Formats: sequence, C-alpha cells, structure tokens
Amino acid sequence: MTAGLPPAIAAPLVELRDLRVHFPIRKGLIIERSVAIVKAVDGVTLSIRRGKTMGLVGESGCGKTTIGRTILKLQVPTSGAIRFDGADIATLDAAGMKRFRRRVQAVFQDPFSSLNPRMNVGQIIAEPLIVHDVMSEPAERRDRVSELLALCGLPAAFAGRYPHEMSGGQRQRVGIARALALNPDFVICDEAVSALDVSIQAQIIRLLEDLRDELNLTYLFIGHDLSVVRHLCDDVAVMYLGRIAEVGPSDELFANPGHPYTRALLEAVPTPDPDLERSRPHQVLGGEVPSPIDPPAGCVFHPRCSLAVAGCGTRVPPLLPYGSDHAVACTETGAGASSLPEKGA
Amino acid sequence: MSALLEVRDLDKRYRTRHGVIHAVQGVSFDVREKETVALVGESGCGKSTVALSLLHLIEHDGGRVRFEGAEFDQLKGRREQELRRDLSIVFQNPYSSLNPRMRIKDIVGEPMRTAYGTRGRELVERVREQLEAVGLGPEHLRRFPHEFSGGQRQRIAIARALALEPKLLILDEPTAALDVSVQAQVLNLLRELQRRLGLSYLLISHNLATVESIADRVLVMYFGRIVESGTVSEVFNDPRHPYTRALLDSVPSIDPSQRHRLKPLEGDLPSPLRPPPGCAFAPRCARAAHDCTARPPPLGSIGSREAACYHPLGG
Repeated sequence: MTAGLPPAIAAPLVELRDLRVHFPIRKGLIIERSVAIVKAVDGVTLSIRRGKTMGLVGESGCGKTTIGRTILKLQVPTSGAIRFDGADIATLDAAGMKRFRRRVQAVFQDPFSSLNPRMNVGQIIAEPLIVHDVMSEPAERRDRVSELLALCGLPAAFAGRYPHEMSGGQRQRVGIARALALNPDFVICDEAVSALDVSIQAQIIRLLEDLRDELNLTYLFIGHDLSVVRHLCDDVAVMYLGRIAEVGPSDELFANPGHPYTRALLEAVPTPDPDLERSRPHQVLGGEVPSPIDPPAGCVFHPRCSLAVAGCGTRVPPLLPYGSDHAVACTETGAGASSLPEKGA
Repeated sequence: MSALLEVRDLDKRYRTRHGVIHAVQGVSFDVREKETVALVGESGCGKSTVALSLLHLIEHDGGRVRFEGAEFDQLKGRREQELRRDLSIVFQNPYSSLNPRMRIKDIVGEPMRTAYGTRGRELVERVREQLEAVGLGPEHLRRFPHEFSGGQRQRIAIARALALEPKLLILDEPTAALDVSVQAQVLNLLRELQRRLGLSYLLISHNLATVESIADRVLVMYFGRIVESGTVSEVFNDPRHPYTRALLDSVPSIDPSQRHRLKPLEGDLPSPLRPPPGCAFAPRCARAAHDCTARPPPLGSIGSREAACYHPLGG
C-alpha cells in the first residue's frame, strides 16, 4: 500500500449514518397497542476503516449489540442508512444481497449455544460453503474445512468431533473457522472472548489479531471489557444509552478521554498492577444506566455526570471534533466548551 | 492476629459416571481477622468447591476446617447453628440468588426470623437498618427483586448476607455479573463494610484486577491445588510459579505504556478424569523438566510466600 490510494480503498468499508433502531413495547392481548418505545440505537454515525478494527464499547443495554445485528441485516433500522463498501445495504438487489452475505460474517459470544450440537465440526464449517453453493465437490469442501481448521489452530482430525467434545476455547476457534469459510471482508465479533477464561481469552485474542493481519480483515469488535478493546482495536466508539459519547483512535482516546462517561469508565477498571493501581484516580460513577424506555432529556448521561450544568438537561450535545480524528459529545469538555479541556495525561 | 478460619488438607472428590474427579487436593490456608484473602483460578480449578465445602453446602472427603478455633465439622445442633451465623456468603448472580416471589423485606429478614425468631415491627426495623448499611432506602422494603437493577440486587444479597452480623463473608465472584461502572460501586461498598464492621472476606474470583483491588493475600489455584500464595503485591509484582506468570501475561492492560503483545498459555486444562502425572501444569509449562512429571511439587516456602514448583521463577 502506497500513498495516493484510489478513493475506493481509502473510503471506509462500513458507514452508519444517523442510524436509529427503536423497539415498540406492546401491551394487550386482543387489541395490541404500542405503549412505549425503547430507543436502542438513537442517531449513531460511525465509519469503520478498511483493514482496521473498530471497538464498540458500553455497558449492558447501550445498544452495541443492536448495531451489530442491524449491520448483519438481522434487524431492520427505524431510520438512517448503512453503507457497505459504498452501497446502501437496504437497497441491494438479489445478487448484491448474496454477495453482501458472503462478505459480512459474525462470531458470537457464547460458543456453547452458537454451534449446532447435532452437527460435527466438519459439517458446521462446511455449511456456509453449501448454502452459498461455492464448493459442490465434497472432497473440495473437506480440503477447505481442513485448511480453515489449520488457520484457526486446530488439527484436521477435529472435523469429526461434536461441540460437546470440545473446550470453550476450541469451540470458539470452530466458530471463527465457520465465519471465515466464505472469505469475508468484514467480521463482527460480538463479545467474542467474553465467555472464556483469561488464559484461553488471550489465545483467541492472539488468533483474531493474526487472522486480521494474514487475511486483511476488518473487524467490528463489540465488547464491554475495556482492556481487551484497548488491546485489539485501532479505533474505539464509546456508547451510552443508544448514542455515541466519544469516538477516536484507540491510543488517543484512552490517553486523552474527552467525555466524562469515558473518563469514569476508565477509572472504574482496576488493573492487576499494584503500583499502577495505587497511582490511578478512582472516581466511582454513582447510579446505574437509566432505562432506554424513558431516557433523560438532553444529554442522556447528565443525571450521573459530575460536570453537568443546567443546560445539559435540555440540549442534546452533538458529536464534535476533539483533537484530530477524535470526537466527543459533551458541551462541557468538548469543542466549544468555555474552559479548555485538560490535554495530555 | 489469630486465624479466624483454618483450612487444612481439604480434599474433595466427585464421583461421576465417567470416573472420579479429584476437584480439591490438599488445600490448606488461613483467613485472619479483618483480612481479605482471594482464591483465584480459571473455571474448573476447584475454587468454588472450596467455598461450598466451607459452608457445608457440599461435604468434603478429607481435611479439617476450624472456625474461631472450633472444629467446624464436628459441631452439632445449637453450637453449629451459632457458629454458622458467623459465616455467610454472597453469590455471583443476583438474578438467580434472590427468590423472585419474595419481597425485599422478607429476603433480608428471613435469616433473622429463622435464627432469632425476630418478628413484626422489630424485624422491619432491623431490615431497614441492613438496607441502609448497603445504601438502599426504606422505599424498597415492599418491592420484588425484578424491580431492581443488577447492582441493587447485589446490594440486597449483601444486606441479606450481613443480616446475622457474620465475621467472615465468602464472596463468590461478587461482581462478575455486573457492568463495569457498577462493579466499582459494589467493590467500594465491600471495602467500606469491611472497614466499618471489621469483616474478613474470602473472595473467589477469576478476575485478577478485582482481586488486586480488594485483597490482602492471594491464593492461586490450578487443577485442584494451590500453586502459589502470598501478599497481593508480592504475587502480582513478582510471581514465582510459571502459571501465575502466565495468568498475569494473559490479561490485556488498559494502560498504553503497559501495552504488550499477549503471551497466552498454550493448550487447555487437562481432563480432570485423566490428570497428568506429577505437576498438573507441566504439559503447558515452558520450564517443565523431567522431575516435573514424576511427582506433584509440594507447596514450599520462597521467602515470605509459597509456591509449588520445582523450577520457580526469579530468586
């Protein structure tokens, strides 16, 4: 790769524009009526760079998984657009749709429930090849399965095993091999290492890193563990109650967090290094994430924010630049704030 | 400081259809007054079996447990009941550990009703105090568990565990089911309660960062045995057992200056039905030599801490 990339390569692989996903809550058995709306995703704009890893972090219920499902077209957005490689995924024709399904794959959290217990590993990994009709010869498929197993660090003999005969780490390797069967460009990893023990988690993180480099993959890595996200991602978006609070390059965002929520999250994470742990600030966030059914007016974070002022309860803060490539949705610390944010760390 | 809890050579075997699993093998440790001791290790290492044996929720097969100087296993009747009040537990998942059909006042009041026969207005008053101690107001008394968030439920579970004023609280992964910002609140609450009530904690956890933030001493378990023990700063800054080192190297760091390429352990835990001869960690250990596979290494003193390794790191 040299300077002067053609625009098609320099352009982001995935773009979300003002994405909204709202779920009506219905009541009544005979006459069903909508009584409330959960705004799971409420106006998210995000670009995922080609060949890079975008981390999407936030606590339970912040909407991160819904974003992943909407990109996979498992969920229809209420409004807004998703573009994949320049094309709006809502308006794909049949052939375009088939191509899209091949190019976008997912690895899920729980390798105990995401693999069919009645299929052996060979069948699980070969299934996408059959569904997409890319390899009609059984011998050819067997070779491809062995190749994918090897790529994910498993011996070819594993093709005959069933999910219950494997450990959690081995199952997750199978889940990854299945996701790679169709040579995708983009893989959504939804809490892909969260269910694993630390030593196994580190193996799978290493595997994801190696595969990204070897196969030039782009990842959307959805997670709640900031240390893992910090380790694996080039860019990070922090979500809170359906909105993006802060987005930027990982190194920059962790070194110089601009949003009070990001700062609080970072301070809440203990590290296993006693010296470092003692020297870090520990400001604990009060309260819990409010209900997305009736979210606070204005900035959704303001009821828990130590910097909140009167205006925060009325105006929704836009995501504005905060240094280069870094954006923050906060009127107190972000761009246009009366006092300059404390830079450097 | 005297030992509040003394565990010696604790042993537990599970008999399964496929054979015997030796879940806990010769585990010995003390918990002193006002101290937090953490038992860490990955799934299946036996840490929860140790906790459940201490509470007699499962019967162990060998070893002794002394609590406040008395042989806990041999006590019967009233004396056992009295001693049990001094030992309590908070479970991992507050979504399943609270009875969904009971109101908060009954959940927190049940231990006092059962142990002391407290009833009526006095009971409500006591429950109100317990809730206040964990940061919950009296407006919650008549509510049901489903009306609470995960962090609030864990506070309710802590209030219930403290109802009989125990001396030792077993915390079995107390924050593993909670969101990051709520985890910090619960850890702070536990720290504050310990200071105020002079409690001792036995913390069971797989999360090294949680252990670091609240424990004084740490016991690292692998495959049913303690492989290293010492103060948290000794063990985490300068581990002697290769397994402890590997665990620490497996945790990604949030600090940019600490960003390192992860050095994961190879392979998986061995099958507990076919344990390897000698040191159980030898098949995954870079330092393993001939003697490692001959017989399991005993837990030996290295300075002020202990490690079970024939070829320890450092020193």
